[in-house]
Amino acid sequence: MDIQLKRGLLDVCVLAAIKNEDSYGYQIIKDMKPYLELSESTLYTILKRLETAEMLVVKSVEHNGRLRKYYHITDRGLDRIEEFREDWKEILSIYNFITREDAGHE
Amino acid sequence: MNREEFLTGLGKRLSGLPQEDIDERLSFYEEMIVDRMEDGITEEEAVAEIGSVDSVIEQIMSETPLAKLVKEKVKPKRNLRAWEIVLLVIGSPVWIPLALAAVIVVIAIYIVIWTAVICVYVADLSMMVGIISGVISIMLYCGAGNFAGIFFAIGMVLACGGGAILLFFASKWITKAILKLSKRILLGIKSSLVGREA
Repeated sequence: MDIQLKRGLLDVCVLAAIKNEDSYGYQIIKDMKPYLELSESTLYTILKRLETAEMLVVKSVEHNGRLRKYYHITDRGLDRIEEFREDWKEILSIYNFITREDAGHE
Repeated sequence: MNREEFLTGLGKRLSGLPQEDIDERLSFYEEMIVDRMEDGITEEEAVAEIGSVDSVIEQIMSETPLAKLVKEKVKPKRNLRAWEIVLLVIGSPVWIPLALAAVIVVIAIYIVIWTAVICVYVADLSMMVGIISGVISIMLYCGAGNFAGIFFAIGMVLACGGGAILLFFASKWITKAILKLSKRILLGIKSSLVGREA
């Protein structure tokens, strides 16, 4: 898959994973497992990118006597998901156009 | 491999990155391991699930922008070893002229291109001068009553005028094209340095 497209998709996936409630690294990986295999280092890069873009904030929360990093989605992150839905409509219509062209040549 | 071994091994191999980044990454992987253990698997199994240090390093490197790596590489972390300095000094008659030559070639190419552009401008200017001198000739020939001369001068003015107009547009177009090309080349160099993000 095109690297830019995939990167954008993964970003939105991670945002979606923390959309309803704050989550932590391992939980995000577990939540996404049925849909896509996400490695730790890939997740780290995505989380870092989203944090820099202020689409999420990191909170350290005490858990079993240690600190665990929780990721909380910001308004900007929510906007990004909404934006993705709009983009997706456009992509879908382009996809329909492409496949229709294919059919025409057969 | 236990958690300690994994993290130490990872930390050593990440030494190409800024210390801050290393610490943050290590704490991230540590959390991942501990969270897995809380899920009910042993430490060894949790580390195994993360993958080998090699595979983790490979992923991290492919996801780190080249520029960051280069920057960190170029920044000397330690003093150069004695043999490295010796090698640099001994090699300097070779690598300094080569590096200089490369830079000079690039500059020379640029100068040649712009000289060509300037030539077009100068040619255009000379055509304009041609028009003026043609007009002066017409007046002089008129004064002398030389009809052949007048026709010749009119022809010259028309030819120069046509050439001047043509060259004027040509030079404008060439300048624009070269500016565009320079921009694209610069962008290409930049993206080849920075654009290696995964």
